This record gives sequence, C-alpha cells and structure tokens, in this order.
Amino acid sequence: MEFELSKPQKLLQKSARDLFARACPATRVRELMATDAALDPKLWSEIADQGWLSLHLREECGGLGLGMVDLVAVAEEMGRACFPGPFLGTVWAATLLAEAAPESKHLQALATGEQKGAVALLEPEASWDPADVRLQAVKSGAGYQLTGQKSFVSDADVADVILCVARVGNELALFAVPAKATGVSIRAMAGMDATRKLFDVTFEGVVVTADNVLATGDAARAALDRSLQVGTLVTCADMLGGMQWIIEDAVEYAKTRQQFGKEIGSFQAVQHMCADMLLWTESARSAIYFAAWALDAEPASAERAVMTAKIYTSDASREVANRGVQVHGGIGFTWEHDLQLYYKRSKASEILFGDAAFHRARLADVVFSS
Amino acid sequence: MDLGLTPSELKFRDELRSWLKQNAPSKASLSATTTESPAEFHRQIRDWQRKLFDGGYAGIAWPKEFGGRGASFIEQAIFQEELALADTPETATIGQSLVGPTIIAVGTEEQKKRFLPGILSGEEVWCQGFSEPNAGSDLASLQTKAVLDGDHFVVNGQKIWTSFAHFADLCLLVVRTDPAAPKHKGITCLLVDMKSPGIDVRPLKMMSGDAEFNEMFFSNLRVPVDRVLGKVNEGWNVAITALSNERANLGIGLYVAFKRNLDEVIEHARKIRRHGRPVIEDPVLRQKLVQAYVDLEVFRLNTTRALSTLNKTGVPGPEGSIQKLYWSELNQRNAQVAMEVLGPYAQLTDFEGGRIAYNYLRSRGNTIEAGTSEVQRNIIAQRVLGLPRSY
Repeated sequence: MEFELSKPQKLLQKSARDLFARACPATRVRELMATDAALDPKLWSEIADQGWLSLHLREECGGLGLGMVDLVAVAEEMGRACFPGPFLGTVWAATLLAEAAPESKHLQALATGEQKGAVALLEPEASWDPADVRLQAVKSGAGYQLTGQKSFVSDADVADVILCVARVGNELALFAVPAKATGVSIRAMAGMDATRKLFDVTFEGVVVTADNVLATGDAARAALDRSLQVGTLVTCADMLGGMQWIIEDAVEYAKTRQQFGKEIGSFQAVQHMCADMLLWTESARSAIYFAAWALDAEPASAERAVMTAKIYTSDASREVANRGVQVHGGIGFTWEHDLQLYYKRSKASEILFGDAAFHRARLADVVFSS
Repeated sequence: MDLGLTPSELKFRDELRSWLKQNAPSKASLSATTTESPAEFHRQIRDWQRKLFDGGYAGIAWPKEFGGRGASFIEQAIFQEELALADTPETATIGQSLVGPTIIAVGTEEQKKRFLPGILSGEEVWCQGFSEPNAGSDLASLQTKAVLDGDHFVVNGQKIWTSFAHFADLCLLVVRTDPAAPKHKGITCLLVDMKSPGIDVRPLKMMSGDAEFNEMFFSNLRVPVDRVLGKVNEGWNVAITALSNERANLGIGLYVAFKRNLDEVIEHARKIRRHGRPVIEDPVLRQKLVQAYVDLEVFRLNTTRALSTLNKTGVPGPEGSIQKLYWSELNQRNAQVAMEVLGPYAQLTDFEGGRIAYNYLRSRGNTIEAGTSEVQRNIIAQRVLGLPRSY
C-alpha cells in the first residue's frame, strides 16, 4: 500500500513548483490580475508545452496519458502560486470533449493549448445542478439554434470554443460553439477573485452545425458528470495549494513577528490556530488525493470521494484562510499583503462547482439511499 | 498511489477473519463490566487474550524472537480493523502495546523472560502508573517518591487515572528517585507486583458511570532493585518510549467503531418521525448527518495515509497528534449529532441499552485522555511546525 505520490509524480510536482516560482511570482500575479483576461501568453505556452492542460487525457485525445493524481499534483502548485488565467476553462472543456465527443476537431486543439475553451453551465439562477439547465436548443436544418443566457462562465473571454450545456426539449444536450459565432456576446462579471475571471455569456439565435452537436440525453449527462468531477478536483487541488501557502506564510510570520518582547508564535493561542490550519490542510490532502486516485482506479468509490473532498476542502480552505489573516493581524487585512489574493481565491473556489452545503445535499442522496 | 493490499496481506486478513468467526466472543455476549464485576471482567480479558495466544495472534507487532508474530504495520492495521469489525471485547492492551514493547526495548534478559510470556498468554494483566494529581499534561513534574533501602526501592505517593488498576496483576510505575535533579532527570521506571503490600487501589467513577480507572496510594511499597526498567534516574526516556508505543495506535479500529455508531444513528433517523416526516429528511439534520459521514471518511483516509507513512519510515512521529486531535473532536461532534437525531430519548441511560447516552458522555473524555487537545495542538505547533516552545 502506498498513499503518496510516486517518484515521477513528485518530480512533476516539483517542476511545476519551480516553473511558477520562476515565472509567476506574486508581483506578476498582481500585474496579470489587473488585465481583462489575466492571461500571460508566454506562460500559457510554457504550461501547454509541458502537457499540463491534458495530463489526464488519453494520448489519442492529445493528452499525456497520465492520471488524475498527476493533474491534481500540478493543479495544487497552481493554487500555491495563485496562478492567474484560463487554466480551468480549458481543462474542463477538454475533459468534457474527451468524454462526450473524442472525435471532435476541437479536442486536440484544446488538449495541446493551441486553443482555449470554456464550459457554459450555470444560468442566472446560478445552480450547479445540471438538472436546473433550461437554455433551449431548437432544431434548425441539420443543426440547432441556441437562445438564452449563461452566467459564471470561467474564462469565456479568451475561449476559442465555448461548450454550452443546453436542453433539446427535456433532454440535456452539449454543443460546441465557436466564441466568435454570430449571436454570442460575452460580458465580464465582477468576481472578487481577480486571478480567475467570470463572465456572462448570452446566446441569441446562435446557429450550431451538426458536427458541433457533441452528445444528448444520458450520454451528455454522463460526460458532463465526469467532467464536473474532474473540474471539482482540480478546484480542490487549487485550494489545497493555497492552504499550503497560507499556513507556511502564517507560521513564518508567527516565528518572526514580536509583541510583548516575544515571537507571537510562542503564544499558545497563536500556536493552536496554526495547529488547526495544519490539521485541516493535511486532512484535505488525504481526501483530495484519494478522490483523484479513485477516479482512475476505483470507480465505485469515485462519486462519493469527489463530493467528500469538495465538502471537506471547501470548509477547510475557508477556515485556513480566516486563521491566516487572524495570525497576521492588521497587515493580513491589507491590499498590500499577498494573503488577500489567496483569501479571495479560496472563497471563489469554495463556491466553484458547488459549496459544501450543495454537495452535502447531493452526497446525502447517495449515502442515505443505500 | 496504490491503496490495495498485497496477496500475502489479503491471505493474512482472510485467515484472521475466518479464525475470528470461529473463536471471537462478541462484545455483546459478555455480561461483566469493569464497574459491577471487575473480577469477572478481568477473567474475560484473560480468556480472550489466551485464545488469541493459542491462535497465534498474541503480540502480533512483537518480534518473533520474543514470541510475537513480527507483523508489518499494514498487518497490524488489518488486525485492528478485523477485530473491530468482529466487535470483539477489549484485549490486554496495556501489556501488549505499551509495556511489552518497552521491556523488549530496554529490559534486562531476566525481565524479558519473567514478564513477556505472561503478557502474551494473558496470564498477567498490566496497568500503567503515570499520571498524578499534580502531574497530568506536565507528567515530568511527578512527585511519587522512591528511596533506595538496601536492595529495594521504597515507594510513597499517589497515582491517578490508572486504568484497570483494580484488577491488574502488574504495573509499570514511574517514580522520582532524585528529587534534587532537574525534573526530566531523576525519574525511574519500576515493574511493580500489584499484590505487594503497601498499595491501596480505589476505583474512580467516570461521569459515564463506569469505573474504568482508579486512584493508587503507595505507603512504603517495597520494589526489588532488579525490577527497575532501564536505568535508575533515566526513566523519562523509558516512559516516553512507552507512550510513543501508545500513540502509534493505528486508528483504524476506532474508525470501525465510530462507523458502527454512525450507521446505527442513520437507521434511527430513518425511523423516528418529526415535523411529519422521518428525521433523515429534515434538511438541517440531514446536512449534519452527512457531515458526520464526511468527517469519518476523512478520518479513515488520514489513518490510511499515516499508515502508509509509518510503513515506510518505521517510526511513529509527532504527526500522531494530528490523528488524536482529529478523532477525539470528531467523536464528540458525532455523539452530539446522535443526540439531536434521537431527541428526548437520547438522554435515557437505558434506551437501546443506553449506548447513545453512554457514547455522548464517554466521548467527553476523548479530548482529555492520552494528552488533551491543547497538548496535542502544542505538540503539532512546536514539533511539527517548529514554533517556539511556550513552556
């Protein structure tokens, strides 16, 4: 039994950490987050060249043929660096395409980073439950026409292709829509996390050709569910990296900051906050890496494992961020200190793919039905 | 990552499982409690340990040369898990997991010959005399005094919270032999025969109603010098060795017991109706119940991960404090959820054999015994995170 990263996985994670330490320090994060898309094209092509956009996808889909544990190991480092930009949108879209329509011409382009993607799921009602999708696709010639609004779409402004979750009658259906298509309009939403951007996307009679109808009915739902699990875990890993940064930063501060003639880290009230932060961080790590492993190796446990990870990590990440600010005192509450970047990103990730209460309700249905 | 068991681990598990089916008494089949009939409880522990011994499952973690099984950490975890799944009674755990390994580590040849066989066969049940009224979390400030008189130490003083002292045959007793030395020096460990004159044991009732632990009073107790474990005045490290064996507890047995409790509460939540619907459909309690499931599942995963690390490094580290902190607080939270599900019946000490009320009261001790949550947080902060010592 081995519950830890393999040697190659450790090397992969280290190379990600080194790359972000070199190319994406906090000063660069702040420059990028002040831009519309928070995208650094040079850094984007670096991570694309490494294959990090599709580590977990099969080689015939343009991926590296590794597993979810590898993807999560890299995503953890992105969280640790507060890596800005459209990683999530492209990974989610590539995963959804690989599940729903591996033959789609967009898949290779997304997997290799040549193009960027986004998945439009939520609507103004803002529910993460696919059952709440209402946007209608109406048959039109060999294809369909889409009309309606999507909201909280990650990374839509830089996407070349937007995957839209819609309904044909009562059936769920997935469509690939070129972002430049006539009738698509994109407007930024003012999320508190400026490192990853959210958008409203409006579809007004957008024509979708037959080759861009990816899947319908049960197949669409199954592909969407799997891609949601992958996106959820990537988000958990991002939170984990953030928690790790926050606890290291807080402990370092507690060792150096002096009050009453002593390091504040010698006071038990401060020590106990740090101890709790470690417990939450390490517990989240166990839950996340187990879920990543289960997605590939133990499908029967995967659904519960992913929800368990998101529930635990959403609450833990928030609490770690809260304690991180508290340990720092006044300086932790300033714009100047980098904690605020992690604090806001943590909150956005807590909400992304559904918060703890949302997943508790869903997990209860699974656990208590058996 | 690979969380599967090897073929030989699976074989160990399957053999143990079928052996337990044939041989294990279920906890429920036992009538005696520590409180009402300690002598009978003592006999049950001995009989069960004897059966394990005859089956080749005594001292599974001990090296083979001392009569153990030399089991790997993974096999030890499997052993704990299977015993918990079979809901077996308590074993003679202090002797097997705490005293025995310490005697193996620092005892004389004569001590090994004299004491190890009795621990394995269940012939002799041990207790540990560590805490005192003024030495709890700060164990090193203990004051029970032992003065050399010829070839005996003469012991005077008091211990408290000593589990099983009311029927134990032997005691690993920690005493002060040099009052002038700094507090961590001048401590000595003694192997004490509980039938010696000069020991007065008084059971202490817990708030749950059990009398699992005791006060011990010593007046001119004479202990032969060949019963010193380790060296005179170097007993602190011996005590720490013993305690690190205690903290190496692999946790999986606890998980199984907690899971059984939660499953029982979920069944109650399906049956009990409130606001015109089963409690399990109450949106607030449903969230709390599933959070209990999540917290337990994360405990299982933390335990598995800690086991993987232990299996690799071979040494239980201060990270064990994270486990202790996690499970003790989890058990209290989940006991509270059970109370909310059961409603007014939860307080009855005879409802469903009183288990819900008992678990609630007993869990209160979890964050105190074997190192309080505050001490665990201090250990995590100081020894894992490297923050400055505060005392």
